[in-house]
Amino acid sequence: MRILLVEDDPTVRSFIVKGLKETGHLVEEADNGKDGLFLAVSENFDIMILDRMLPGGIDGLRILETLRAQNNATPVLLLSALADVDERVAGLKAGGDDYMTKPFAFSELLARVEALARRGSAEQAPQTKLVVADLEMDLLSRTVKRGEEKIDLQPREFRLLEFLMRHAGQVVTRTMLLERVWDYHFDPQTNVIDVHVSRLRQKVDKPFETALIHTIRNAGYILRAN
Amino acid sequence: MRFSLSRFPMLRLWWKRAWRFRSAGLGFSLAYGLVFALSATLFLTFLWWHTIGALEREVGQAVDADAHGLAERWMQGGLPSLQRAIQDRLDQDVEDQDLYLLITPGGKRLAGNMPAWPEAVQRADRFYTLKISRAGNTATAALHAYILPDGLQLLVGRDIRGRDILRRVLTETFLWSWLMVTALAVGGAWVVRGIFKRILSSIARTTTALATGDMRQRMPLVGNDVDLVAHSINRMLDRISRLMEGVKQVSNSIAHDLRTPITRARNRLEDAALHARTTEEMHEAIFRAVADLDHVTSVFDALMRIAQIEAGARRAAFETTDLIRPLHDIAELYEATAEEAGLQIALDLPPRLRFHGDSRLIQQAVANMIDNAIKFSPAGTTVTLRASVSGALVRISVTDEGPGMSEDDLMRASERFFRADQARNTPGAGLGLSLVQAVAQLHGGSLSLEPLQRGLRVVLSLPVEEPASA
Repeated sequence: MRILLVEDDPTVRSFIVKGLKETGHLVEEADNGKDGLFLAVSENFDIMILDRMLPGGIDGLRILETLRAQNNATPVLLLSALADVDERVAGLKAGGDDYMTKPFAFSELLARVEALARRGSAEQAPQTKLVVADLEMDLLSRTVKRGEEKIDLQPREFRLLEFLMRHAGQVVTRTMLLERVWDYHFDPQTNVIDVHVSRLRQKVDKPFETALIHTIRNAGYILRAN
Repeated sequence: MRFSLSRFPMLRLWWKRAWRFRSAGLGFSLAYGLVFALSATLFLTFLWWHTIGALEREVGQAVDADAHGLAERWMQGGLPSLQRAIQDRLDQDVEDQDLYLLITPGGKRLAGNMPAWPEAVQRADRFYTLKISRAGNTATAALHAYILPDGLQLLVGRDIRGRDILRRVLTETFLWSWLMVTALAVGGAWVVRGIFKRILSSIARTTTALATGDMRQRMPLVGNDVDLVAHSINRMLDRISRLMEGVKQVSNSIAHDLRTPITRARNRLEDAALHARTTEEMHEAIFRAVADLDHVTSVFDALMRIAQIEAGARRAAFETTDLIRPLHDIAELYEATAEEAGLQIALDLPPRLRFHGDSRLIQQAVANMIDNAIKFSPAGTTVTLRASVSGALVRISVTDEGPGMSEDDLMRASERFFRADQARNTPGAGLGLSLVQAVAQLHGGSLSLEPLQRGLRVVLSLPVEEPASA
């Protein structure tokens, strides 16, 4: 993927660039708002990562607003040291697709970037059925089958599995699950998400030969075929 | 040449000194006194002029009417008739106030009660006020001369001794009244100034004490409408000291409780840099340091969140909602965790629970309450989430069957970073109940901890309706 990164702190910038390049992405970078805006409007990107506070008079929100005013719908992930709920709302209102506060783990950033890229294609198309390996989810009848065996899920477990399947092959973090499946934006301190995932595993993986839900250390979970 | 104070250094100095001590109270009372005295002066002056003027006009009109009557008599019956008329009027004048004199052009006296034509009366188009001597004593008279067509000169007048006396009495009365009114004005101004000064100095005393650092000072309530100001100042002060306390606590906390994990991370990294023998050891140390730093971040976030809630900025998100659904959801979030720990979460919720506030914050607070309960409950027990409405209060409680808390710990439970001794080995930073407390306060409610025979009940009491003062 072609990714634009606008971030003024050199350490944070090189950290993100290195990580994204390692995972096979092409990264263009800018260290101030002016250059960032120029790149954003003159070239095509799959994803943009914008820091909110930038030197040079143009901050991340301004770049974002300018883009949206030009009907440019490139997914944008906002990065910010401003952790307030209100700041987050302001960022999303301006047209941001996701919002992350500093400090962050690279795995979290990568997971969110890939989720955003995916959103453009997969999530938007109306689907009635999700399939990963021998796991099938019928979104209309709200039933789940693995092979020929029917799996009974609670409504919340169903939504959790749906989210994992929609992001199959992609790392999803605990925070992402908490935000997207439960719609909570606070840190519940304890491992509530892990427990929910492990209960889901009991039903989806345990009775079968191969596991589909995998834990990625220091990052989160991934649902994939092998 | 323009008058300028700068030309007179001494005067300027005095002026400055005089105004340095000017006070709102003095200004107010001066204005009050001045307005009072001025209006009294105006009123009395108007009254004086009106009374005396009316008297004068009345005399003038009477004299004029008299003269006209006499002139008519002369026209009808000539000189004898006129003389008779004058004599008649003099006879009828019991009060002895009328004055008449009729003389020929040559100066011969024809009728009247005045001995001679006064020297001063020369013209016939105005009144003269003269002292005349008559029948042995002097009197003041208002006189008017008329010239009849064949040269006869008629002098008509009134003795105005009575009016003079009246005038003197009136003048004296008015003068005294004015003096009294002015004295009252000055006295009133003094009293007003005193009241003003008392109010201001009580405010000033309190604020001075505060400015010098004594945040416990409050405005005294005196039982009149000054209390309105006192009340709002006191509320402001309460809030300021709460915020200050918050800032102080946060900075203390940062100093004490964030240093520990930062130190740990630092030591780990330094140790790895100096002593790690294998790459795996190095990685392990780094990952653990990152985890330490993540912990620092989460503590920091929690602190900021509490501070933000305490600052009251989240009131904008208040709305009237039903709390049942959010409470169900949060219980569901923790259900799996509870089961894992061998616990049960029991719900005792009414079908509907109308509430005005920020339901997301309530969820977070309840999440912390349940989280605590789960941490301290032995396996096989039940954690109960209960909600009810009693009167104007919504009571949301989480009850556990754990070891409970000691009396001393209960007192300190909602302090930031406080952790009871038996909680040292559980994960957490000791911020959970601080947040619950902050949420309760934001909603105008309260947090209470009730020790039970077995376990602990944490109760969040919130007003159903929007508090009127918020």
